[in-house]
Order: sequence, then C-alpha cells, then structure tokens
Amino acid sequence: MGRKRKIKPPASPKKLLQGAVKGSEYKKEAFIAYTILIVGYGLLQLGAGIGLIGHNLQGQFVPICVYVSLAISLNLVVGISGELSLGHAGFMAVGAFSGIIVARMLEAYISIDSVRLVISMIFGAIIAALAGLLIGIPILGLRGDYLAIVTLAFGEIVRNIMNVLYFGLDDSGLRFAFNRMIDLEDNSQRIITGAIGATGIQQTATFTAGLFLALFTLFIVLNIKNSKHGRAIMAVRDNRIAGESIGIDVKKYKLTAFVISAGLAGMAGALFAQNYSTLAPIKFNFNTSVLILVFVVLGGIGNIWGGMIAAALLTILPEALRQFADYRMLTYAIVLVIVMIVTYNPTIKTNMSMRIEKVTSRIKIKKKQTEKGVA
Amino acid sequence: MYKEYIPERDRDKEPVLEVKGLGIDFGGLTAVDNFNLTLGKTEIAALIGPNGAGKTTVFNMLTKVYEPTRGDIIFDGKSTAGMKTVDVNKAGMARTFQNIRLFEKLTVEENIKVALHHSTKYKLWDAMLHTPKYTRVERQIHEEAIEFLKIFGMEKTADYRAGSLPYGAQRRLEIMRALATKPKLLLLDEPAAGMNPSETTDLMRTIRDIRDRFEICVLLIEHDMHLVMGICEGIAVLNYGRTIAKGPPEEIQKDPKVIEAYLGKQKDKEEPGKGGDK
Ligand SMILES: Nc1ncnc2c1ncn2[C@@H]1O[C@H](COP(=O)(O)OP(=O)(O)OP(=O)(O)O)[C@@H](O)[C@H]1O
Ligand SMILES: [Mg+2]
Repeated sequence: MGRKRKIKPPASPKKLLQGAVKGSEYKKEAFIAYTILIVGYGLLQLGAGIGLIGHNLQGQFVPICVYVSLAISLNLVVGISGELSLGHAGFMAVGAFSGIIVARMLEAYISIDSVRLVISMIFGAIIAALAGLLIGIPILGLRGDYLAIVTLAFGEIVRNIMNVLYFGLDDSGLRFAFNRMIDLEDNSQRIITGAIGATGIQQTATFTAGLFLALFTLFIVLNIKNSKHGRAIMAVRDNRIAGESIGIDVKKYKLTAFVISAGLAGMAGALFAQNYSTLAPIKFNFNTSVLILVFVVLGGIGNIWGGMIAAALLTILPEALRQFADYRMLTYAIVLVIVMIVTYNPTIKTNMSMRIEKVTSRIKIKKKQTEKGVA
Repeated sequence: MYKEYIPERDRDKEPVLEVKGLGIDFGGLTAVDNFNLTLGKTEIAALIGPNGAGKTTVFNMLTKVYEPTRGDIIFDGKSTAGMKTVDVNKAGMARTFQNIRLFEKLTVEENIKVALHHSTKYKLWDAMLHTPKYTRVERQIHEEAIEFLKIFGMEKTADYRAGSLPYGAQRRLEIMRALATKPKLLLLDEPAAGMNPSETTDLMRTIRDIRDRFEICVLLIEHDMHLVMGICEGIAVLNYGRTIAKGPPEEIQKDPKVIEAYLGKQKDKEEPGKGGDK
C-alpha cells in the first residue's frame, strides 16, 4: 500500500441512492422466522390445552413441525442455491429408515426415549447427508437442470429399494436381506419388512421434539445464509461466471448447500418416522417431494418464513377442512390460489412488509424504553 | 507492451504478465491471432480497437473463461496452462465485465464480502453455529469491505441491493469487487461505458489512485479516447483479431494504421471524444 494518498470520493452519496432498494436484512428475517415458530407452538399447545383443537388435528402436530423444517431445508437448495431438487422426500426416507433401525438397536441399551430419539435423528441426518454427497458430487459440477432430473430419479430409486429391503434384529445382532424374507430366530423382531415398511416403531416423537427440530433447522439454515459460505452460494446463484472470476468454487458451494439440506431432511425424516407405529415406503413418494416444493414455491422461493407458513397451513388445512366433506378439495384449491396471489403480488407484498416493519420498530422502541426503565 | 515500452520504474522487475502468440478459433473463425503483450508491475495499459476486434476475447482467454487455442500466458512468473477461471483469480488476476455481472440480489457490501471470501478465515462449522470466531472474523470483514467501498465513496450504499443501483455505481462496484480479491493485475472491460463526462474524469483519477495505492498493474479496454490517452502508459491496438500497433499514447495517436482502423473515424472532430457505438 505504498504511497499513502487519500482517494477522493467522486459522486455524492445522495445521487447514488436514487431509486436504490434496501437489501435483505438477516436480523429481521431471523426475528420473524423464530417468532413464527415459537408463537405457533404456543398457540397450538394452548388450543390443545383448552380443548379448542380436536384429536385429529393434534395428531398432525409432529407432521406440521416436520414439514415446516423440510420447507426450510429445501429452501436452502431451491431458494438460496437456486437449484431445483425434486427428491427431498428421498432424503427424508433415508433418514427415516436409518433412524428407525438405530432407535431399535438402542432400545436394549438406552431406556430414555428422548435420548434415543435424538441419537436416531443425528444418525438419520448423517446417512441422508452421505446420500446427498453421493449424488451431488457427479451432478453439481454440471450446468443446467440436471439436478432436478437426478433427484427425481433418486427419490424413486430410494423408495423402490425400500420396497425390497428387510431388516431384523435377533440374538446374533442386526440382520439384513435384500428382496427376500429373513428367517429369524424365535426371540427376534422384524424392523423393516419390504413394502409393508417399518413396523413396531416406538412412538417417541413429541410436539416439543418437533419444535426443536424446526428451531435447529432454522438455526442452521439462517446461520449459513448469513456467512461466507452462504454468500458464496448466493453469489454463484446470481452470477456463476462472476463468482468464478473472483475465485469462488461453484461446485464446492452448490454441494455444500445440497448436502446440508439433505442432512436436515434426513433428520426430519427420522422424527417423522417415530411419530407412527408403522411406516410404509409409499409415504415418501414423488408426491411428497412435490408437496414440499409446493410449500417453498407458495411461500415465495427464498423466503424462509413464507415457506414455513405455507407448510404449516397446508398441513393443517386438509384436517381442518374435514367438516366440509365434499367441498374439502375445492376449498383446498381455492386457498392455494389465494396464497399464490398474495405471495406473488408486489403491492400486497410491500404492504405486508411495511406492516411488519412497523411492528418490529415498535417492539424495538419498547425494548429501548424498558431498558431505560431498568437502568 | 513491448519491453521497451514498459514504464522505466518497472523495467528491472519481472513483468506481471507475458503473453506470447495467443490465439483462439471459434469454429472456422479466428477471433484473435498471434497476440503478444508484456505488462510491467505497476503499469496502466490499454487494449483498444473497433467493435468486434477481439478485445473482450483476449480478457476471456487471460481469465480462462475461454481456453486459448494457441499461445502461452505467463502470469506473475507462472504459466496459466491448465488453470481454470477460479485458479487464475487465486493467482492474482481479477476482472470486470463489459456487460455488468454483479450479484444483483445481494447487497453492495455483500458483493464485496464475496470477493473477500478467501480472506474470510473460518470454517463451515463456525458458519453453521455462529461461533465467537465467526463473529470476530465477520466484524473484520465488514470493516474491510467498508474500506474498499470508501475508494469510490460508496460506503453509504452498503445496505442496498446491488442490482438496484444506478448504472455508473454498478460499474464502480464491480471494480471494487475485483479489487477486493487483492489482485496483482486488474482487467477492466470498458469501465467508462455508460458514464457521463464528469463521472469519467472521476474514474480516471480513481484508476490512477488505485494503481498508486495498491501498486498493481491495470489493463483496460476502453472506447473513450480521452480516458485512454489520459491515463495509459502503453497501448495495444487490435483490429480483426490482429495487433496493428503498440506503444505509448503519443505514438499511437500518430500511427497511420491506427488512424485508419480506428481513430480515423474521429479525425475530423476537434476533440477525441467517445469512440465506437457502445
Ligand atoms: N463464444 C464465441 N463464439 C463465437 N464467436 C465469438 C465468441 N466470442 C467472441 N466471438 C467473436 O469474436 C470476435 C471478437 O469479439 P469480442 O467480443 O472480443 O470483441 P470486442 O473487441 O470486445 O468488441 P466490442 O468493442 O464490441 O466489445 C467477434 O467477431 C465475436 O463475434
Ligand atoms: Mg468487448
């Protein structure tokens, strides 16, 4: 930095800012997203406590959390990395079934349900992340929408493998077979039985565990977004050549986003599985992948809390609409259309964000006042 | 430029860039042929020529956006053969683009921070958990990014979306972004395009200041002869992919071949103003 000469700024800043728009604000985004999770959890707990929410809907509490966190993790790939993935349910399935197996094996050693649940979720996440790495490595260096095609195929392949997979546990340990029944000894239990799926699952999943899953997923995704890795991921989304020209390894960062997203989906899958006593592979078909993508798209691609709300509403809605019987699907469709209009209409969008701004600034003022009051 | 055109202060140092016999064919078309260039460590040089002469193509070969068909590029003493765009940047070459390529959805500050990626020293682990190390490094990077923005007096725009800035500011941001990768050679593709005369004058001063402060070499493509003749120490002229002249500004202005191919169009005009259609 040899000769020290002050470089004079040429243009007046005011002129520069004509017509410019403020950029994304991580703090605001994080505030809204965490608030939605905690308030949503509180309201549903309250509703269930005072008997406002029926039994059917209470049964949806864990799935709601699972789908909310799936919407968050898919947004990491679709919104933040800008790649189309059609196999999120596949990663969910990998996490679900590997999680079940681990939970079953641990039953003899760990008696506390929540500890087993957490370990199985971590294991599910690791296996799903490895699956993501396996299919991401050959694909993510390529340009174009190859990822969409490959993830679509991946989801179907996973489901078809699950259909012919047999796992059992007996005195000699974990037993595994492909495409045939296992001859097990007497004091043994079947864990996974082909197309029937997993049976005899311990239902250890709870609403609170669901909340923690969603919080954790949100924490990871928002943290990554607001870091050098997230910036690199978004940079190559916006302009690949410019990213390369400043030394960003495109494949590495696309892969990072994809693998983390897959791991988080696996974790959600493991929790999802332990909410039921039986779970068939058919649960993780292409429709489920598309459903998660619909959450992300409806919430506004890249808008994390938008996707969360869409996921929660679209999971609650079919249950809540049961009383309308014949009109259920019709109402569902109408709600979809309305949500689409609201999230993609610029005037409504700016109006909404202005209101949110007002609320947050009011909260800030109140905070300051209370701080002063304390001091 | 030719060895003898390198500014005196750089002559006893190794040149930052040496290009020998560089050429590229697109199918049957030879876009650039037998291009030679030597650049001193702290030189400001220009690549000029009419539209379609092959100037941007030279930049694309230097930065490996295109793989050259022929020739050698020795950058900072090392051949760039086998390198990819990413490697060339890591070796110390940064560029801007003729048609601006910003990270439009990111803020101005984030655009700079992406360029500071390799000086942002923490692991994915720190990023996921926002560890104290993350917080410390991010604070440093924020300050460094603001320092870069101050070069063009753009620190007040830090929180605005890059894509929403006026054209001239976007061009300046792109230069800052390239500079933030701490290059030894800065390639600017038509930095003054779309700027008004007073902005261009400011830009000239800033380019010179950047060279002085960071002690780097700047190679620029420009149609604005006022800028080129004003700040460049060496000029190479391309026409139809071939080098028709090389030398200091005074010689280039007089060169009949250049006047015919390029400056000739402006001969009758009193003041050498903006050339080309862009
Ligand atoms: N990828 C490509 N495929 C085929 N031809 C190309 C390609 N890139 C450049 N060319 C051709 O190479 C020639 C030189 O183009 P280039 O963009 O380098 O010109 P330039 O000197 O930068 O012109 P301008 O002043 O208009 O920017 C043109 O004839 C162009 O059509
Ligand atoms: Mg060009």
